[in-house]
Order: sequence, then C-alpha cells, then structure tokens
Amino acid sequence: MNQHSSKFIEIQNVAQTFKTKKGFFPALRDINLTVAKGEFVTLIGHSGCGKSTLLNLIAGLTMPSDGTLLCANREIGGPGPERAVVFQNHSLLPWLTCFENVYLGVERVFGAASKSTGAPSENKAQLKERTDAALAMVGLTAAAQKRPGEISGGMKQRVGIARALAMEPKVLLMDEPFGALDALTRAKLQDELLEIVARTHSTVVMVTHDVDEAVLLSDKIVMLTNGPAATIGEVLSVDLARPRNRVALADSALYLGYRKAVIDFLYTRQAHVEKAA
Amino acid sequence: MVSAVFHSPLAAASESIAMKKEAQHVDSARAMGTKDHQTLAPSVANTKTPAAARPPRDWRGLVMAVLPPLLGLGLLVGIWAIVSISTASSIPSPWETWKQAVVLFSDPFYRKGPNDQGVGWNVLMSLERVAIGFGLAAAVGIPAGFAIGRFEFLGRMFNPLISLLRPVSPLAWLPIGLMVFKGANPAAIWTIFICSIWPMVINTAVGVQRVPQDYMNVARVLNLSEWKIVTKILFPAVLPYMLTGVRLAVGTAWLVIVAAEMLTGGVGIGFWVWDEWNNLNVKNIIIAIFVIGIVGLALEYVLIKIATAFTFEEVKN
Repeated sequence: MNQHSSKFIEIQNVAQTFKTKKGFFPALRDINLTVAKGEFVTLIGHSGCGKSTLLNLIAGLTMPSDGTLLCANREIGGPGPERAVVFQNHSLLPWLTCFENVYLGVERVFGAASKSTGAPSENKAQLKERTDAALAMVGLTAAAQKRPGEISGGMKQRVGIARALAMEPKVLLMDEPFGALDALTRAKLQDELLEIVARTHSTVVMVTHDVDEAVLLSDKIVMLTNGPAATIGEVLSVDLARPRNRVALADSALYLGYRKAVIDFLYTRQAHVEKAA
Repeated sequence: MVSAVFHSPLAAASESIAMKKEAQHVDSARAMGTKDHQTLAPSVANTKTPAAARPPRDWRGLVMAVLPPLLGLGLLVGIWAIVSISTASSIPSPWETWKQAVVLFSDPFYRKGPNDQGVGWNVLMSLERVAIGFGLAAAVGIPAGFAIGRFEFLGRMFNPLISLLRPVSPLAWLPIGLMVFKGANPAAIWTIFICSIWPMVINTAVGVQRVPQDYMNVARVLNLSEWKIVTKILFPAVLPYMLTGVRLAVGTAWLVIVAAEMLTGGVGIGFWVWDEWNNLNVKNIIIAIFVIGIVGLALEYVLIKIATAFTFEEVKN
C-alpha cells in the first residue's frame, strides 16, 4: 500500500460549531482521522454525538468551522457524485420509478464527458445498462418500474444503495442506512452490502449505532465521545478475515472481544449521556 | 396484523397506512391487496373468510353511502317547503321551482337580445371570465410563487405587499379595473385575476420552501443541474401545494364572479341573478343558486381528482 492509498480520506483538526438561538453549539472538536482506499470504516457513538455531522462534512454537505478535509489529496469543497451518500431515510424521489431514481445519478456522472478522467460521454443504451446493472446488483430488477411508495422499506434502502453505487463513487458514505429496518431485513442487507463491497472494493464510511453491525462490517471502528464537543475517543481495528459470516462469527472469541471493546467504550466510559448533555 | 378486524372504512384506511409504515417488509403486492380488500368489505373479519372467497356484498356500506346524503337533501327541501308555505308562496315552493327549472333547461341556449339569453349561455360566459382571469393569474402567480419561495430576497421583498393586498376584497378592485380597462368585461376578468392570484402565489411559495431538505441534499450529492433540479425535484415536490392553491383560487374566483357580474352587468350567471331579481322572478333566482352550487362543486371535484393523482408519499423521517 503506498502513501496515497493509505490516506485516501484525511480529516485534519476538524471542528464544527453550529449557531443556534441559544448561542454557539460546539458539535465536534479535534477530529483527526484517515481512511485508506478500500477500507470499511464505521462511526459509532451515542445519539447526538455528531456522527452524522462528521459524515455530512465528508460528504461536503456542510463545511467545517475549522480544520480541513481531504479526499484523494484534494480539499472537499462541496458535495459531489464521487462521494455518494446513502441517506438514512433513503431519500428516493417518490414521483420517479426505482429505475429513474438510479438513472438520475448515472446520467449526471456518465451522460456528460468527464473533464477529470477524460472519459467520453456515454449514450442512452450504455446509461440504461449501468442502471439495470446497479439494480440487478441489489436484486431489484423486478421492481425497476415501481415507484418507491409501492415497495417495502428494505427495498427502498437497496434502491438508495444502488443509486449510490451506480455512480461508481470513490467513497460510499452511509448514514445509518439500515437504522429504520427490522432486524431480519437489516441482517440480510448487511450481508448483501458485505458482498457488494467485496466485489467493488469500495471505500465506505458508515454511521451506525449498532455494535454488531459495526464489528461485522468494519475494518476500523471509530468511536466518538459524547457531545457536545465530541471527538474521537478510540479507534479499533477489526482484524477478522473476510468473507465474514455472521453465524460463524457469533461464537468466535475474536469477534466477541471486539464487540466487548465497543460495548465497554459506549456503556462504561461514555455512559453518562444525560450528564454530559 | 393482516388478519385484524376493522370496524369502519375510516379505521381500516388509517390502519392500512400504519401497516404500510411499520411493516415495510410485507411485500407491496400483498399490502395493496389487503388494502383493497379492506375498503371493499370493511366490516368483514378476514380471519374467517378465506382469501380466495369473494367478499359478500356490503349492504351496510352502500346504505351508509346513499342514505345520509339523501336525507340531507330531503331536509333542505323540507325546510324550503315550510318556508314557502309560511311566506304564502312569495318564496316559491320546491315543486313550482322544479317545473320552472324543467322549462328553463329544456332550452338553455336561446338568444333573445343581449339581456335575455338562456341559462346555459350565462353559465358559459361566467366560466369563460373565470377561465381567462384565473388563467392569467396562474400564468403570473405560479412563476412568481416559485421565485418568491426559492429566493429569500424576493420573499422578503414581496411578503409585505402580499400581506397588505391579500385581505382586500377583490370587488374593491373593480372600480380600478373599470377605470383602467374602460369596459365591464375586462374589469370582471381583472377582479377574478386579483382574487385568484394570491392563493396560487402563496401556496406555490410555501411549497417551494417546504421541499424536504433530503431531496435538495440528493440534488447536491448528484450534482444536478438547475434545470434538472427544477424539473425532477422542485416541480414535482411543489405540485401538490400548487394544486391546492389552484383549487382555492378557482373556488374564490367562482364566488367572486357572481358578485362582480351583479355589478358589471352583461351576460353571466351573476348578472342573471340580478336581472331576475329586477323581474321579481324568485324561482329563477333559486334555480341560479343551485346552478352556481353545482358548477362550483364540479370545479372543486375535478381539481381534487387532479391533485390526488399528483400527490406522492413523502420521505419519512
């Protein structure tokens, strides 16, 4: 691994302060983090600790009050399709079919000639092929012509993932993508995500509040302290062999050790949410 | 949850919405199927009926749909008849009015000079004025609403003006219209324009401001062009609000046209009411009231149908 790929996303001394009616609210402080290419990183912490704030900063949806964020050695100046976001509430456009929702992003990224890579613009058939491939990847070929209102929550979230992946992003940012789903659907989508990430070698930053999800999916778990003025409390490297199998891991000592470490951080050292807030 | 017993169509509807929200793993076809089933046979316990069996004919639902409205109409006609008798027929009886209506509607499109035309012509003339005034208001009001909603500067600039002018009765603008346009017909159209522009501006602006931030974030992450943002996100998201504005505007326009035509004269349902009052033909006035009501109802119904066709499930937080 060379220098470039080991520091694909660099977050340097980032702080974020929000202006509220009651004055300034410091959400994040002293955030320093690097994410390597192809790494799967999860951000975990109690609610209100600024996990989503940090993700929005990487996405470029908000700008930090202090510090710098780099992606592939370039400063993040705003949102863009190379850092695709899977939103917590899927955020599909309800008046478009699943196909059209995915196509919207594909068309934007591949429909025009790319200045940065010099790739020529693709024709309609190629764009359609990409969209179909993305929907096939998440197993939704049959639902392509349905509107979001006609499919289940798990399927909507899969369309959201397809929309993000179809743009071939450098980084996939996921904000509690499975938070609104029931446990069984969530497990199924986690397995699918693991498979897709293994196939596409995507770099992923994912916000979660689920300890098992974090350990099962991550190469690195970033644990945030309680807000306000949250910062990174601990970074845990998860050295479990891939492909990972949730049933086999359920009684693996290593897995349980990682799980214990995260729980210990969340519920022993960062337990007093109310007191801190 | 699917086998729950529902007691009324209303409860069934809300339950099925809740079901859709919570049990999102239930596959859509099945959810849709149960929903249809519930609305067809709301009082049937699904636990006892096998899914394949045809639901029994829902007599109770049919009775509930037909009987109360008929009773309501009956009550109106009854009170009308009592009033008619107690005023010694200076208010004509329902039966007399009905006979007159049959005569009137057997030839709705006759023309005997400018002041004596069939009821059909009067309604059509009023509808034409409403259509022109309303159309102009939509052409100006909807883009204005978009601009005011999208750009805060414009919003702050025009909100005081709108707040000041909106409460003014549209009829107060009639003299200005008569003065500027030097004619009764354009003045009436002007009045309709004024009264129907406000709901459309305000609702469109509110709709633009309430486009969920999530959709705008999607637009930013996908880096969509302004044209795509307007056509794929803003316009569809605002459409339900806009159609509400349109519906309110048409309702108000139809209220105002009658009053405006009473003042301006010419051909139109409002003028007709006034003319029949001068002729002391109360039967025709009552018929006119029903005609105005039915046309208003029809306009409202059509616009509600259009609005529901364009309303989509929002993002849930």
